[in-house]
Amino acid sequence: MKEKLVLIGNGMAGMRTVDELLKLAPDKYDITVFGAEPHGNYNRIMLSPVLAGDKTLAEIIINDLQWYEDNNIALHTGVTITEIDRYHRQVIADDGTRVKYDRLILATGSNPFMLPIAGSDLEGVISFRDMNDVNVMIETAKTHKKAVVIGGGLLGLEAANGLLIQGMDVTVVHLGATLMEQQLDATAANMMREELEQKGLHFLMGHETEALLGAERVEKLRFKNGVEIEADLVVMAVGVRPNIELAEKSGIECDKGIVVTDTLQTYTPNIYAVGECVQHRKQTFGLVAPLFEQAKVCANHLAELGIASYISTVTATKLKVTGINLYSAGDFIGDEDSQVMVFKDPARNIYKKLVIKDDLIVGIVLYGDTMDGNWYFTLLTMQQDISHLRQDLLFGQQYVNELEEVNV
Amino acid sequence: MAKTTKTTCAYCGVGCGVLATTHDDGSVSVAGDPEHPANFGRLCSKGSALADTIGLEGRLLHPEVNGQQTSWDEALSHVSDGFNKIIAEHGPDAVAFYASGQLLTEDYYVANKLMKGFIGSANIDTNSRLCMASAVVGYKRAFGADAVPCSYEDLELADLIVIEGSNTAWCHPIVFQRIVKAKEERPDLKVIVIDPRRTATCDIADLHLPIKSGTDVALFNGLLQHLNQHSFINPDYIENYTEGFGDALLTAQQCDIANVAETCGLSEHDILEFYQSFAATEKVVTLYSQGVNQSSSGTDNSSSIINCHLAKGAIGKPGAGPFSITGQPNAMGGREVGGLSNQLAAHMELGNAEHHDLVSRFWNTENLAKHAGAKAVDMFNDVASGKIKAIWIMATNPVVSLPDADKVKAALEKCELVVISDCDKHTDTTEYANVLLPAQGWGEKDGIVTNSERRMSHQRQFLSVAGEAKPDWWIVCEVAKRMGFEQAFSYQSQVDIFREHAALSSFENNGARDFDLGAMAKISNDAYDSLEPIQWPVTATQANGTARLFTDNQFFTANAKAQFVPVSFTRPVNEPTAEYPLILNTGRVRDQWHTMTRTARSARLNGHVAEPFLEIHPDDAQSHKIEGGALAQVDSQWGKAIVRVQISSEQRKGSVFVPMHWNAQYASLARVDALVNPVVDPISGQPEFKHTPVKVRPYRPSWHGFILSRTAINVTDSQYWVKIKGEQFWRYELAGEENISEPEQWSRNQLGDNGEWLEFSDSAKSSYRAAKVVDEKIESVIFLSPTHDLPMRTWLSRQFSEEQLTDEVRMGLLSGKPGAGVPDVGPIVCACFGVGENTIRDAVNCGDAKTVDDIGSLLKAGTNCGSCIPELKKIIGRK
Repeated sequence: MKEKLVLIGNGMAGMRTVDELLKLAPDKYDITVFGAEPHGNYNRIMLSPVLAGDKTLAEIIINDLQWYEDNNIALHTGVTITEIDRYHRQVIADDGTRVKYDRLILATGSNPFMLPIAGSDLEGVISFRDMNDVNVMIETAKTHKKAVVIGGGLLGLEAANGLLIQGMDVTVVHLGATLMEQQLDATAANMMREELEQKGLHFLMGHETEALLGAERVEKLRFKNGVEIEADLVVMAVGVRPNIELAEKSGIECDKGIVVTDTLQTYTPNIYAVGECVQHRKQTFGLVAPLFEQAKVCANHLAELGIASYISTVTATKLKVTGINLYSAGDFIGDEDSQVMVFKDPARNIYKKLVIKDDLIVGIVLYGDTMDGNWYFTLLTMQQDISHLRQDLLFGQQYVNELEEVNV
Repeated sequence: MAKTTKTTCAYCGVGCGVLATTHDDGSVSVAGDPEHPANFGRLCSKGSALADTIGLEGRLLHPEVNGQQTSWDEALSHVSDGFNKIIAEHGPDAVAFYASGQLLTEDYYVANKLMKGFIGSANIDTNSRLCMASAVVGYKRAFGADAVPCSYEDLELADLIVIEGSNTAWCHPIVFQRIVKAKEERPDLKVIVIDPRRTATCDIADLHLPIKSGTDVALFNGLLQHLNQHSFINPDYIENYTEGFGDALLTAQQCDIANVAETCGLSEHDILEFYQSFAATEKVVTLYSQGVNQSSSGTDNSSSIINCHLAKGAIGKPGAGPFSITGQPNAMGGREVGGLSNQLAAHMELGNAEHHDLVSRFWNTENLAKHAGAKAVDMFNDVASGKIKAIWIMATNPVVSLPDADKVKAALEKCELVVISDCDKHTDTTEYANVLLPAQGWGEKDGIVTNSERRMSHQRQFLSVAGEAKPDWWIVCEVAKRMGFEQAFSYQSQVDIFREHAALSSFENNGARDFDLGAMAKISNDAYDSLEPIQWPVTATQANGTARLFTDNQFFTANAKAQFVPVSFTRPVNEPTAEYPLILNTGRVRDQWHTMTRTARSARLNGHVAEPFLEIHPDDAQSHKIEGGALAQVDSQWGKAIVRVQISSEQRKGSVFVPMHWNAQYASLARVDALVNPVVDPISGQPEFKHTPVKVRPYRPSWHGFILSRTAINVTDSQYWVKIKGEQFWRYELAGEENISEPEQWSRNQLGDNGEWLEFSDSAKSSYRAAKVVDEKIESVIFLSPTHDLPMRTWLSRQFSEEQLTDEVRMGLLSGKPGAGVPDVGPIVCACFGVGENTIRDAVNCGDAKTVDDIGSLLKAGTNCGSCIPELKKIIGRK
């Protein structure tokens, strides 16, 4: 009799955990997966290309329904788990389905944060989180003209770019002075803005939205400075919050996220959590790389190998936003004790910056040319002294190799 | 149709034959003249690059008076009126001509004739004073005439060549190549080099004596002693054909080997080997140059060498003789016409009444100068003191080339009338001109030059004349006519002048004077045009010229006997002191010539040594805290320079070397003659360029940098700068004392803020690099750093020749080097084929090239002029 494993959340982190588990112990569990969305598991990162018309849903599906069948996984799509009955070790879905578990994985992901302002419930006000949002955007673009994206972060810019490609007149509203503060310094952010402006996007920097106005459908945005602009569609991309509703309700220890140990276990026996819903050593997650690392560790424990532990490290962001290559990692702003090395070729839209402290790379921003990002990141994570490479470092690995050859 | 003209090289005294070809598109190419007996087809790196130097950029094209362009007529009248007025008020000795070994014989002849014959002063001297005046006196004292006994073929016939005070490999490369070839064919040919530095010439030396600067007399007096003591003298020769042996020996007697070793800083073993070789060899040539001549005992150095040759009778025979080689293409011609202030004309003497009468009658003048005029250094002292009020400087650059050169500058600044005839508009000297007269340059002018072996060659015109430039002889004659000497200067062509020169040399000569061109006195215009190279004397009995003098053991002294001159060792005038502990030696580098007015126009020549430098022994560098590649300040009592440091154990401990070429047109503070002591040989008046006490210390600017720019720019705020012409770019080496707080803005100020800018900065290192790209081509790059260890310039330089800047290169451009897979050729070693050190080293290290020939067949390096062969050997040796 196999043990029963239930996964709540048919997303990238959860399904990667199942994937990893199947590699380690293919016959150990009877697996049941619940997904709120009505699809198989798809690559959420690829929603932007779908919106931009470069890809279709079919193309971004990671595991189709046949795959679940082939692997004897019971998949429940379009079903939301409403309760975890910890005493009877079962989950209860909104359609009344009850499934017993010996081990449970929570991979409920995160929810887009919707600004708590007047009019945020109007028709035409959406987030950019799932396939449904993408469909709404594509459909709206067919009938409406003016789109406003609130939030000039990574997700907001991709939404804006997609909407522009779908034919809308798009304005990005951003609270701060520069875009993508999480990933870019001011120079790179300004280059980005200029490049996107050339593509046709409009930006309102330093604008805080006060209200969304309209009868049924959104018609206008009003900012705190009194300015109003028209909008047929408003996409809120102002951040996400770990989705901990179910866990909290079920008495599983949560803080900002579901609190997990280094082995991705919650403080409730037999229940694991991975992905954007978790909080590990006070940190929450939004990028895919650490999620996959978590999936590996979690699968290792589910397979009862017990030899992995999750250590959260500096994360590098390697992105292609609207066709622009970006790479950033670590403390890319620096402080008064650090030094910066900068290369700029604005005519080619290239900018590279390394932040150095005590002869170690502590931060990286690459804009336009990210070829050496991984190498810098290795130097950063390995804490390698770069003093002897310093003259050539910023020009890339091939220049440093040349140097070493000469020295030999 | 391409047209080829036989002419001669504009550079050193080897006097190589050149074939200059003008092509249909107007371009010019040069090749060695296979038929010319000086070079038989070879050319050195400088000669090979002659065509690079004939552009109009920087040329003086029109006469100017006080900075205003004017007509020839006005300019000439301004000069003649000015000279006449000063002569009328202050006498003929208040005016002077300072001429040059760059002048053709005809130019020289009329200049000398005007000053000595008609103005009536002997105040005509020449830059040849700086390079061979001591050799002249040496010959005159011994032979009674300024007669170079040897021919180049004597080098090939000799069994021992003693090269003293000459980096022949770099300064007379084709003579050196002839020796190299002779030694290859006859490995028994022994070569001994006497030089404080281990130069490229030592490459073929069987023995190198790194002699302490200025001690040559002791070494050769010791040799004379040795020859005598060990019975290697030729008593018959001494008895029959010489005088004064006993006195010379007596003076030399304290020079035993231990003494010599001590004085000269040499090992007794090496000295003995030299002495024994010299003693045992019949056919010995001593080849000497500036290391012997440029000394306060230059004349005695010369005599000490000649004494040894006379003692053995090693003179006037094939493969034997004391052979002084000259530095300029027509230094010898200047000597022939009497272009030195202590000569009269045609090897006749100022103080000699008979000569005075003869020349007066020949020139039909009553005004012939009676006493010697001022020699170069004194001449400018007299300008400084106001004794000389008008000076005409012809084809030379004394603000760069004279010792204590800042004093020369100050003197010219104060001088009432400074006339300069030159091809270049901007030299350190033209800055002080009241009148600038555009002279024809190489390829435009036409006349005779004489090389180091007395061989006269026809330097021919093959270019159209630049602007309003005129031949120097024409300029001099026009001034002479306007001064009132129409009759004596009414020549129709330079050939008229040459015929007169030849006629004077044979006038009432009858074999009494060495210099005799009697057989050429009536040379037809056609024969002059087609004149083949010929060695003087050219007389009725020696119509085909004379390869070797004194074959009959008859000399030009009163009793026809050669004179031993007793000489004793005297120390250089200014010895090192606690404050100035090092000895400064000056000289040439391989690919530059004199004050660079021509060679610096050639990108490939600039590739060999781009920056002025200080060469210093590692021990001295350490004790003076000097770092290789960094900058150093060199101070003497007279001036200072800031130059790049090269540490080399080939430099003698206690002495340093700085090249003589750089000047204010190309470097901020590298005019080395500003440091050189104004000390001269008491007899020859030749300055002691090889021995000035100096101190060196690190020069620590707050920033270092360089710029490469497609167009010439004016760099500001740089206390140190060097300007170098490259292939399609200008290079500026820079350093400044004030911090550049905003390098981005500063760089845009220097380079102009147009174009696409690539920028790199490193806040910790305060380093900044930028490149400007215009139309997908590199326009300029700038590199700034607080330290001197900037990337090599070679690879960056090459990018200026590329049709387009590829993205790959663009991304790595500011690293200053190619990425993996794109090799950096390194500093150019072979200027002819542009082969870099890294390329050569790679070929050697991978084992493909084991010999110089291998390198040649693989990379072509060293197969044209061969000047780089010593460096190729060094690279092979390093492996």
